[in-house]
Amino acid sequence: MKRLFCLLLAVAAAITGCKKDETAPASGPIDLQGAGATFPYPLYSKWVAEYQKAHPDVRVNYQSIGSGGGIRQVTERTVDFGASDAPMTDAELQKAPGKLLHVPTTLGAVVVTFNLQGVTALQLTPELVAGIFLGEITRWNDPKLAAANPDAKLPDAAITVAYRSDGSGTTAVFTDYLAKISPAWKEKAGAGKSVKFPVGLGAKGNEGVAGQIKTTPGTVGYVELAYAKQNNLSFASIKNKAGKFVTPELGGVSAAAAGALANMPEDFRVSITDAEGDTAYPISSFTYILLYEEQQDARKGGALVNFLWWAVHDGQKFEADLFYAPLPAELVTKVEAKLKGVKSGGKALLAGAGG
Amino acid sequence: MAAPADQVGPGATGIAVEVNLGDRLFRWGTAAFAAGTILILAAMAIQMTRASAMSLRHFGLGFITSTQWDPVRDLYGALPYIYGTLVSSFVALLIAVPVSLGVAILLSELAPGWLLQPASFLVELLAAVPSVIYGLWGVFVLTPWLRESVQPPLQKAFGFLPFFQGTPHGFGMMAGGMILAIMILPTISSVTREVMRAVPSTLRECALALGATRWEMVRTAVLPYARSGIVGAIILGLGRALGETMAVTMVIGNRAEISASLFAPSYTMASVIANEFTEASGDLYLSALSQIGLLLFAVTVLLNVVARLLVWRVRKVAAR
Repeated sequence: MKRLFCLLLAVAAAITGCKKDETAPASGPIDLQGAGATFPYPLYSKWVAEYQKAHPDVRVNYQSIGSGGGIRQVTERTVDFGASDAPMTDAELQKAPGKLLHVPTTLGAVVVTFNLQGVTALQLTPELVAGIFLGEITRWNDPKLAAANPDAKLPDAAITVAYRSDGSGTTAVFTDYLAKISPAWKEKAGAGKSVKFPVGLGAKGNEGVAGQIKTTPGTVGYVELAYAKQNNLSFASIKNKAGKFVTPELGGVSAAAAGALANMPEDFRVSITDAEGDTAYPISSFTYILLYEEQQDARKGGALVNFLWWAVHDGQKFEADLFYAPLPAELVTKVEAKLKGVKSGGKALLAGAGG
Repeated sequence: MAAPADQVGPGATGIAVEVNLGDRLFRWGTAAFAAGTILILAAMAIQMTRASAMSLRHFGLGFITSTQWDPVRDLYGALPYIYGTLVSSFVALLIAVPVSLGVAILLSELAPGWLLQPASFLVELLAAVPSVIYGLWGVFVLTPWLRESVQPPLQKAFGFLPFFQGTPHGFGMMAGGMILAIMILPTISSVTREVMRAVPSTLRECALALGATRWEMVRTAVLPYARSGIVGAIILGLGRALGETMAVTMVIGNRAEISASLFAPSYTMASVIANEFTEASGDLYLSALSQIGLLLFAVTVLLNVVARLLVWRVRKVAAR
């Protein structure tokens, strides 16, 4: 009986004990909480680990819960920074309690990957990509496909399309590209993180799409460049705006960003699919970290800005190893100006260039 | 089922033995836990209704009958998901019920002693496998096998039936149902075995004494006695099938379309929530996803009620 009473007491104590005071201490290590996109997660973890070696007093905790969740949490101020693959819409920005900045951190690309016996290289024009994913081109030996690939032995087999069933930045980038190059796609499906695909089978995650493609001959789908590279998938080269066939490589992705610099808006919210430039790979995009221009906590805000400054400078050298494309130098200059503008109580937070 | 809180207060049994403090605390404690589960259930229902209020207002009853699901245009309808959930669970039961009954009969009536322990252990082990493992097995083993060795011959022999038409992808309703069947098999078979074991052996002896064969004994003495328990076991399995998410998502093809064909891709309510919730950012979109959750909740409760009524009826008929 005594034991039961103790147990009840313990339960009661546990329930009331949950309400802890959550004010940050004025000294000691700084904890930065971030949440959002899954795509840059491997890079961000690398950054966090490397940054902590040099700055043991700053701990960054990044949770890859998805871009949508990142936007929601930063809007509700439950995290210090958010992360998203697609830029926030105007409506989403208006819901935030303060002015949110977009800081591009790295570049990603989406590749069209396939499983076709005896074929390792494929050339696709925008019309062909749209035709396949719209379900208008249904067989691999379609004359239009054959015309673009005179050297490949295309089999007489049905094309099965695989797409991402889970909402994802990868789908957003790919459909953004399709909507730009094909009015029919824009009309029928549109662009977004979850799209009603006209044909095909849905699979969860890059690994799901890759699994479907690997096990099913004749399947074509899209995955992130980093994922395709790490898993040695065969992918198609795509004809870009300049009329050149470009294989997806990191250089081509950075070139797409450089091509988009000319009409880059002030807040960096821009799509760089179907970009200008001879070497630009057309299905590329930025990924962003989201933070408030006016930081509530000067200490935390300072640590965050210095971390980001380090990320867009020293951090860029870790990108290629992990199959991310580094930001073009001109863009880094523009990002610097943004970071210098982050304030808390009217005071700029950046601690000298190089931080 | 937990007893409602109001029956457990002092004097509920009509016997005044409330002298011991420990007994009293025990009674209150258990009553609080029982009430807690009901409160949690109620809180969940209220919260989900609240979260889906916007979608409820916007689409009304049309949400259940519409087949459109297009986040780009903010149009949402749940019918393909409801259909996919119900049909995949039904296919799973169709496969799992006969197999589990067979397993249970073997283990409780026929198996020699040395086989009993290892066999029941292995069947129950199936329940311990994480669902993502089933999913991976589905992607890399089951679906290629279905596509190459099962679906083409089925189509050849029964292609005139609407269930076996269309391109055999491997991924689709058939794969989803089969994965679910394997996952619910241990639940149904182990509960059924326990129920059959509870059948008094005098009944079996009577049947055998009257000249029944083993099969006749099972059919005339064991099964009728255990019937309501078996229905209960099937409900438990059905409950798991309705809510299973990961493994089904990986093999069902995730296409919000209604097709009679088992070869065609489909989509379940649990899958669409798991797939789209993390990246959903529009208010109406989130609300529609919450409403899918509410519907899944409602479907589960409804099927449980129907199944319980069935058990009750079976009992009444048997008692006559």
